[in-house]
Amino acid sequence: MGVGLPPFQSFLDEHRDDVYRFLLASVGPVEADDCFQDTFLAALRAYPRLRPRSNLRGWVLTIAHRKALDAHRSRRRRPQPRERLPERAAPELNGTDPELWHAVRELPPKQRAAVLHRYVNDLAYADIGRVMDCSEEAARRNVHEAMRKLREEWTQ
Amino acid sequence: MNDLTTMLKQARRSDVAEHASAVASSFSDTAAGSGMVDVAYTTMELPVGEVLVAATPRGLVRIAYGDFWDAEEALNDLAARISPRVLEVPSYFDGVRSELDEYFAGKRTSFDLPIDWSLTGGFTRKVLKHTAKIPYGEVSTYRDMAAAAGSPRGARAAGNALGANPIPIVVPCHRVLHSGGGLGGYGGGLEYKKLLLELEGAL
Repeated sequence: MGVGLPPFQSFLDEHRDDVYRFLLASVGPVEADDCFQDTFLAALRAYPRLRPRSNLRGWVLTIAHRKALDAHRSRRRRPQPRERLPERAAPELNGTDPELWHAVRELPPKQRAAVLHRYVNDLAYADIGRVMDCSEEAARRNVHEAMRKLREEWTQ
Repeated sequence: MNDLTTMLKQARRSDVAEHASAVASSFSDTAAGSGMVDVAYTTMELPVGEVLVAATPRGLVRIAYGDFWDAEEALNDLAARISPRVLEVPSYFDGVRSELDEYFAGKRTSFDLPIDWSLTGGFTRKVLKHTAKIPYGEVSTYRDMAAAAGSPRGARAAGNALGANPIPIVVPCHRVLHSGGGLGGYGGGLEYKKLLLELEGAL
């Protein structure tokens, strides 16, 4: 047996919690389900063209990152938030203070993404750069700036 | 380390598994409808134990159970030989499940399931296609299958071909016996061959 790609189901099983957690933190409970579906549909479409031994976690987080940006962009175009409930009640993020997660979602998109990749996904700055398609230095700056704003906004 | 980073890091411990699993299942149904799933599979509990069933858009491609049973190996093999877009989609198999249930209840003597032969080739495929025509309740021999596939002296090769059957039960390799009257072999374990032949009233 060569070192081909694992069956897509194994890939999904291994990364679904990370992807869902990131999306929940990034876009919130109402849109996380749709973003999750979009992320894995895009992944399924591109999967056969991936090189074996690719960093699958980094790859799927890159896709999730783009889908979260899309969701934020389309929300800005649509002045009213989507008036609908998710099909299932979404789980709560740990971190006790919902205000903190609200403040995270109010950050500019790149800063929000960078801070979530750093602290929720536990990515190194170099990996954040790869996922966000920017330099390691830019990733570091975005995290730094996000933390500065969060400290201001979230004063508890 | 300060309070803020600690709070953010706590999100890693959020218990999202149950919800993520539910969202992943509905993703699988959506994916199956999108035409992007090249191999769908499920597992089911049957009188021969736990059975893995896999299908492509062309038809059934793999059944694994008994000593054939190694789901992980079977799925890796499908990913390597057909496509890595292998996904568990239980709802895709409602028809297959009811045909197999009817078969094991003795209420069905043939399957109306299309077959994808792409895991077989050459002589093996020829032998298996002839095997697929042996009617319920009847038996044939390795020698006859070899002859039907155009190789009258190839009884042993026919035995190997049947041992490599990727779709046992539905392609009834259990109906092929030794020319001398013995049961012959069965890749899944001889007790299953007996069970199937008894079910069909051939033993």
